[in-house]
Amino acid sequence: MKIGLFIPCFMNELYPEASMATLKVLENLGLHVEYPTKQTCCGQPMANTGCAHEAGELAHRFLKIFKNYDYVVAPSGSCVAMVRENYAQFLDGEDGFEHLKTHTYELVEFLHDVVKPIRMNSKFPYKVGIHNSCHGHRELGMASMSERNLPAFSKIEKILSLVDDIEFVTLKRNDECCGFGGTFCVSEDAISVAMGIDRVNDHLNAGAKIITGIDMSCLMHMQGIIDRDKLPIKTMHIAQILAGES
Amino acid sequence: MGHPQLAKKFVANNERMKWHDKAIWFVRKKRDLAVHGLDEWEDLREIAKQIKTHTINKLDFYLEEFEKNAQQKGLHVHWAKDAEEHNEIVLKLLLNRGAKKLVKSKSMLTEECHLNPYLEKNGIKVIDTDLGERIVQLRNEPPSHIVLPAIHLKKEDVGKTFEKFLKTQKGNCDPTYLTRAARNHLRKKFLNADAALTGVNFGIAQTGGIVVCTNEGNADLGVSLAKLHIASMGIEKIIPRLEDLSIFTRLLARSATGQAITSYTSHFHAPIEHGEMHIIIVDNGRSNILQNEDFKQSLHCIRCGACINTCPVYRRSGGHSYGYTIPGPIGSTLGASKDLKANKTLPFACTLCASCSNVCPVKIDLHNQLYKHRQNVVKRGLLGTKKYAILKVATWVMKHPSLFDFSGKMARLIVPKLPRNILYSKVNIWGKKRELPKFPQKSFKELYKQREEKK
Repeated sequence: MKIGLFIPCFMNELYPEASMATLKVLENLGLHVEYPTKQTCCGQPMANTGCAHEAGELAHRFLKIFKNYDYVVAPSGSCVAMVRENYAQFLDGEDGFEHLKTHTYELVEFLHDVVKPIRMNSKFPYKVGIHNSCHGHRELGMASMSERNLPAFSKIEKILSLVDDIEFVTLKRNDECCGFGGTFCVSEDAISVAMGIDRVNDHLNAGAKIITGIDMSCLMHMQGIIDRDKLPIKTMHIAQILAGES
Repeated sequence: MGHPQLAKKFVANNERMKWHDKAIWFVRKKRDLAVHGLDEWEDLREIAKQIKTHTINKLDFYLEEFEKNAQQKGLHVHWAKDAEEHNEIVLKLLLNRGAKKLVKSKSMLTEECHLNPYLEKNGIKVIDTDLGERIVQLRNEPPSHIVLPAIHLKKEDVGKTFEKFLKTQKGNCDPTYLTRAARNHLRKKFLNADAALTGVNFGIAQTGGIVVCTNEGNADLGVSLAKLHIASMGIEKIIPRLEDLSIFTRLLARSATGQAITSYTSHFHAPIEHGEMHIIIVDNGRSNILQNEDFKQSLHCIRCGACINTCPVYRRSGGHSYGYTIPGPIGSTLGASKDLKANKTLPFACTLCASCSNVCPVKIDLHNQLYKHRQNVVKRGLLGTKKYAILKVATWVMKHPSLFDFSGKMARLIVPKLPRNILYSKVNIWGKKRELPKFPQKSFKELYKQREEKK
C-alpha cells in the first residue's frame, strides 16, 4: 500500500509539527508513506472564492502529483472535501480522477475506515473538546450531524478514544461552525471573529483544556482569538494527540 | 452597502448580537427536538424532495390543472409575470370594488413585490395583521426573518413602538400586555376592512384550492370578514395532490418553530357567501431560476426558515444585513439568482458550513448553490479587482513549487522580525482581533527533506 501524504499548503509553512505528527501517526502504524515534494495547494481558497479557472489549474496539478498512489491522506477535512466533493467540476473524466476521488482520505477517517487500529500507543491525560470542522463533519461525514435524525456516531471520538487517559467534554453546540470559512475570515472578519469567540467559549465553559480537531485552519482561527484574549485554553491538531505529543 | 459592512454594524452591539443568536438558536433547538421525535423524518424529507422535483419539472402542467380546478370552484385566477403586474392586479381588484382598506396576513411574496408602498401611494390603507409584521410595519422596517419578522426586536423595542403608535402605557413592555394591546388594535382593523389579502403556503393542483398556515389565525379572521379575498401565490407553491399536503405540513411547522403543526392550517376552496376569491399566480423571476440547472432546486423552498435559524452567519448578522427581502441561505441564493450585481456579497455571507442543506426539509443543496453563485460573481467580474488579483498571484505561485517554497521561507524569515505596529497595521484584517500564528523556522517540507537525507 503506497500512501501519498498531502499536507495543506499553509500547514506546510506554518504548522510543521502537526504535519510531522501526521506522518508519524501513519508510520507508527507500520504504513509506508511518501510525501511528494512538488505539491503546493489543492486550490480550495480559489474555489471557495469563486475563481474556478484558477482552482481548476491547481486541481489538474494535484491529480498529476497524486494519481499514482493507492491512497492519499491529509490532516485536513476541508482540503480532502475539496478533492472529493469539488474537483469533479474540473476533473471529471480525466485519467485517474475516479481513483483519486475515492481514495483520498482525511487522516482520522483513514484510520477509522481503512487502517482500523486497535490501539494508538499514546497518552493524553487532559480534558479535550472536539471541534467538528464543518467540511469534515458535513461533507465527509466524520460524525452524525445535529440537523439530521440519524444514528449518532463520531469517527473522531472513536479514534481519540484509543488514546490513554483522554477525557471528553460535552459542548452546548456540538457542531456549530467556528467562523473561519477560508477567505470569509477576512472578507467578513466581524462575523468570523464573533463566531470564533462563541466557539472557544463553549469549549472553555465545558471545562476543556485543549480544543482539538481535524482542521488546522479552524484551530488557527480559534488560537488567534485565544492568544489575543489570553484565554486559558489551547488548540492542538488531532495528529499531535494521536502521535503522543503533549 | 454589502453584507460585510451591514453585518459589522450589527456585531458592533455585542450584547444584542448575542441575544439575537441565542433567541434564534432556541428556535433551532426546538426544531431539533421535534425532528428527533419523528423516526421517519429523513424519509419525509426525501419524499418531499421527490414531490417537489417532479412538480417543478412539470410546473406548466400542474399550474394549468390548478387554474382549471380553481375556476371550477368559482375562484378567479390571474397571472402576473412580475411584481409590477401583481401590484396592478391587486389595485384594480380593490378599486373596482371601491375597497379602501386592506388587511393582509403575512405574505413574503407581497414583500418581494413591494405591494404596501404601491397601494399606499394609490390611496389604499394597508394593515399587516400578523403581530410581528404589524410591529415592523409600524416601525417602517422590512421583516428581518420570513417566519419571525420582528425577531430583531426586543420586547422593550416593541413596548416603545406601541407606546408611540398604540398609546400603550409608558415603559410597559410586558409581552401579554402588549399582545392584548395589539389584539384590540387589530380587531378594529379586521372589522373595518374592505378586503383581505393572504399569501399561499400550498396550492393544490388536483383540487384547485389553496392552503394557508398561520399561528395567529389572522388570515382566517381577515378573509372571513371581508367580502374580497385576494391570495398571492408564487408559481412554485404548487403541489400535485391533496395527499401530498400531509408530507409538507408535517415538515413545515416542525422545521419552522418545532411545532407538530401550525395552529391554523386553513383550506380555501371557495369564496365566502356573497364574496369573491381571487388567486394571483406570480412569476417575478421564478421561471428564470427554473431554467437554471444549478439553482432550480431553490424553487423547492417551502419558506419554513429553518436554514435561516441554523445559519451561524444570519444569527450574528441579523436579517437586515442581507439587504434582500428574504435573508439567510435561501435568500442569498434567491437574491443572487434575481440580481447578482445588486446581491453580489450574499453568496459570500456564508462559511460553507452546510448546516442549511442538512436542516432543509426539502433537501435544497443550499450551500452548493452559494458556492456556484460565487463562480458567477467572478465570471461577471464582480468580485473586486484587488481580491481577484491576490488570488491570481497566489495561484501563479502555487503552480511553481520552488516559488512557493521561496515565498514561504521569506515569510518565515521576515515576519517574526517585524515590529508589532507594522505587523498589525490596518492592512492586516486578520490581526484586528486575532493574533497571527507563530511562524516556525522551517517548513514541513524542509524538515521532511532533512529527515530523508539522514536515512
